[in-house]
Amino acid sequence: MKQRELERLAEIARKARVAIVRMTAAAGSGHPGGSLSAVEILTYLYFKELRLDPADPQKAGRDRFVLSKGHGAPALYAILALRGFFPEEILTRLRKIDSPLQGHPHRLDIPGVEASTGSLGQGLSIANGMAMGYRMSGATGRVYALIGDGESQEGQIWEAAMTAGFHKLSNLCVFLDYNNLQIDGRVSDIKDIAPIRAKWEAFNWNVEEIDGHDFRAIERAVRRARRQTQMPTMIVARTVKGKGISFMENRVEFHGLAPTQEELVTALRDLSDG
Amino acid sequence: MVKESLRAAYGKTLLQLGQADKRIVVLDADLAKSTQTIIFAKEISDRFIDMGLAEQDMVSTAAGIALTGKIVFASSFCVFLAGRVFDQVRQSICYNNANVKLVGTHSGLGVGEDGATHQSLEDIALMRTLPNMRIIVPADAVETAQAVQCAAAMEGPFFIRLTRGNLATVYDGGYRFALGRASVLKDGDAITIVAIGAMVEKALQAAEALAASGITAAVLNLSTIKPLDGETLLRFARKTRGFVSIEDHSTRGGLGGALAEFLGQNCPRPLRIIGVEDQFGRSGTPEDLYRHFGLTADRVAAAARAILQQ
Repeated sequence: MKQRELERLAEIARKARVAIVRMTAAAGSGHPGGSLSAVEILTYLYFKELRLDPADPQKAGRDRFVLSKGHGAPALYAILALRGFFPEEILTRLRKIDSPLQGHPHRLDIPGVEASTGSLGQGLSIANGMAMGYRMSGATGRVYALIGDGESQEGQIWEAAMTAGFHKLSNLCVFLDYNNLQIDGRVSDIKDIAPIRAKWEAFNWNVEEIDGHDFRAIERAVRRARRQTQMPTMIVARTVKGKGISFMENRVEFHGLAPTQEELVTALRDLSDG
Repeated sequence: MVKESLRAAYGKTLLQLGQADKRIVVLDADLAKSTQTIIFAKEISDRFIDMGLAEQDMVSTAAGIALTGKIVFASSFCVFLAGRVFDQVRQSICYNNANVKLVGTHSGLGVGEDGATHQSLEDIALMRTLPNMRIIVPADAVETAQAVQCAAAMEGPFFIRLTRGNLATVYDGGYRFALGRASVLKDGDAITIVAIGAMVEKALQAAEALAASGITAAVLNLSTIKPLDGETLLRFARKTRGFVSIEDHSTRGGLGGALAEFLGQNCPRPLRIIGVEDQFGRSGTPEDLYRHFGLTADRVAAAARAILQQ
């Protein structure tokens, strides 16, 4: 990836983070921590990888993305707005009674949202289904998904892992947002999901391990995923919960806590947007 | 009396639908021989997926496949398809309004010898609470075939509840199933008996017994539980002195529950709900179980007489 491209993506990621802290502050609730950890992944997918058309969100055979960890909705909303699926102005209406932007994404309300998610563990199975549906139709579209590390404690994730591995869904590429924090504490303290590479490999997946905030690493991993012919790919992305905001980084409290107006000022300063 | 398999009718209809329409995809969870999706699987293997013993994954996967433009049927026993995976049905299918048809077999006490763990007595109650879901409980093989065709032709989620055992034929080839319309099997002006599935036969027997003592009972097959046919129910509420319902399901939240909600708010009438009363089933032959739990024609007739004597 050329330096200029890297800078373009980094600027989009910065804008997405500004939108995430602004919208959760305006809502007074929401999940900023796990949204901020996924920003580079979503930025890369929507601005570099996915073949889709914001003017025709239902276009046949398009690439699809499923946010299995539905509480990362602020990140998805920010990216979809920046990509042109809907006006950025409505982002600050997050979680309001008259807004399409619910606390968790609903596909029937928001252009560009491929599946309604929020009850953890189900999005990966839905993504599998999309990959299977495309394969049955002979469509070349690829399917991407993002799961959480806490979400990986759900049994359905492993049912879906077995399905995708067994059916050799090589048109499927999944990211694990591995920030090691869940609501009640560290994932490694609550119910550790390690060793994660060995688990996914045992389910017959191609596994890539990367720094989830490094665009070049994301690009290399996605390219390797595209070259697979016999396996789905799991990209284990090591991330920082609350990434980019000094007082939120690695702080479990900001899983489901919005910044106050005072904190928003600090956050915007951190993002050079004050 | 001729008895036919609803499950076989389902499998055969699926195959016909699949041969005519490439969008039809069928999923099962290691019960293809029991649910009879095997009939489809043998002929159209590239559009059949056995998901193994993973009902949660099957239901959400069905939603994903449907979101790519397919018409997806997913089958298992009712106890798993509605109960075990309720949240997946709620979120992956109904909230997404995915074009998935859940066809559950082995409903209620009719499962028989496998016992309480496999007898779904709550599935109608659960499915009835879900927005976008439509529920059909066919009374025989003819109605099963038409219900399955109807579900395939209409966009959106369906739950079709089938029995394990063969059921007496209620309809001939001239029958036309219509979603949301009760089928009046027998007209009458004294009392209205409402039944679903395997209990339709018992309702007809009860009506015969009542006729012998000069009581003309109407018999409705309310095969579409949701959306409810309020128009027909109102007509019989005005015409007769009360209702007796019978279902192979809990007395709470199923057919009787739907009637109580509707009649109570629109045209209150005496109502006796016959079903399994707040308990689990047990092993036995279906007929022994129906007698043990009081799901009999005699009890329907007695309930009708009790209302008329009020």
